[in-house]
Amino acid sequence: MGNNLDALTTVFTEFYYWVTIPLMFLIHVGFCMYEVGASRRKNHMHTLMKNSMIIPLVTITFYFFGWWIYWAFYNFPMSIDWAAGAANTPWAESMGTNIGDRITGVFWAAFLLFSWTAASIVSGSVIERIKSSAFWVLAVVIGSVAWIIDAAWGWHPTGWMVRILGYHDAYASGVIHAIAGGFALGVLVVLGPRLGKFGKDGSIRDIVPHNPWLVCVGLFIIYAGFWGFYVACNVPLISPEGIGGLLTGETWTATTIYLTPTTLSAITFNFLMSLSGGMMAAFVVSKGDAFWTYSGGLAGIITASAGNDLYHPIQAMLIGMVGVVIVYKMHFWVERKFKIDDAVGAVAVHGYAGFLGVVICGFVLWGHPSSPYEGYAAINPLGNFIGALIMFGLLGFLPGFITAKILNSFGALRIPREIELMGLDFDSMEAEQAARDDVDAAVKKLINE
Amino acid sequence: MIFMSTTGIESWAVDLKDVGAIYPFQGTEVVLVIVGVAAWIGWHIWCNKWEKEHHKEMIEKYWKK
Repeated sequence: MGNNLDALTTVFTEFYYWVTIPLMFLIHVGFCMYEVGASRRKNHMHTLMKNSMIIPLVTITFYFFGWWIYWAFYNFPMSIDWAAGAANTPWAESMGTNIGDRITGVFWAAFLLFSWTAASIVSGSVIERIKSSAFWVLAVVIGSVAWIIDAAWGWHPTGWMVRILGYHDAYASGVIHAIAGGFALGVLVVLGPRLGKFGKDGSIRDIVPHNPWLVCVGLFIIYAGFWGFYVACNVPLISPEGIGGLLTGETWTATTIYLTPTTLSAITFNFLMSLSGGMMAAFVVSKGDAFWTYSGGLAGIITASAGNDLYHPIQAMLIGMVGVVIVYKMHFWVERKFKIDDAVGAVAVHGYAGFLGVVICGFVLWGHPSSPYEGYAAINPLGNFIGALIMFGLLGFLPGFITAKILNSFGALRIPREIELMGLDFDSMEAEQAARDDVDAAVKKLINE
Repeated sequence: MIFMSTTGIESWAVDLKDVGAIYPFQGTEVVLVIVGVAAWIGWHIWCNKWEKEHHKEMIEKYWKK
């Protein structure tokens, strides 16, 4: 920090990213609430632990290797940037208490919270029949490997997808949501539905949440955390000199992760308008169903996220609306056609909405520069369509499917049938009942004395 | 008795621009990573075994009733 302006900028940036972290923590709280609410009473504490343990496991693995992948793999498989990766290895001096580096820790944590989100999206769809130990392996694969490879490729100022394809995905429609939805679908194909979900004649049973109110409050809390997610996607304050690209003059700006100029005002408009469009459309298509209306708010934001750095607010609203209608129809069509039991609709709300968001962005922002640097492809429909396929299919569905297949081949993926029928919490519920009976008996004895 | 500082900082009579890492036992990072990774992998192995045994016990205790 050479002078007071440098010091102020550095400390502001440090504090800015730090604030996003507790905000994004709310996303995880919300996911836990809605996932637990969606499970049946006999599984709910187990469901909570399955999701909660994402926090430590993805955190430590993202420290061990996830962060290094982001910095070293932006041109992978063509090359690996060992030099850029070196400062982000777990043994680097910048990865600890360091007076000369005030940014790495908070920037790492902002990315880490995205990693939790990616794993948490998958968690909801597989409830009530996956082994926790298997899910935790899958959480590390999506949270500390797959998503961060896609971030290096398509969510990095010099990622090859940005350079060559003109890929644009400012608030992570593809790099978080499409990949996590695709990953969840890959796992679900191998895992299979919950017992009783589908009748022998192909009929679909509605396994109702044990607490619909908790589900909706959980989604509401995810909205709150989503603010942190959006803000964390920006670089808060940087000079043209700091960017080092084609920009001229001395006007400092906020930028996207690609270092292309935007403003906090822009994303505030668009976040709220796409949320609103999503909720309104979902209310209509679901005929006022609370779960789908809240989910529609999320899907609306997710569909508009790829271009929410630039869209007009009404465009964001309309894109959110269109996305939600397609996502809603797709969810039930896939459920009917392929007998996929996605317990919370995560594949639809995140996967299909994210995919669609990236594709729509390629058309709406066609020709806009994807980067402030010379020689990059401009944003275009084909580049974003290929990008969406990479996110959902190559880095989402495929790793999920392959990892689930491997776990399944060892009998390590799905809980035993008896446990699924009794409920994962059966023993603790029995113990609770025994404790209650014991206290009741003692109270009765006291009354009779 | 005088001890060497574990952090490399023995006095704050320094210009902060010359100060970098100040965590204790610098130079042991690779060992720390090895221990940390071993703890992580060990945790997964333990969990896998524990869950398998726990389900087996539950089935024996409750299902056969």
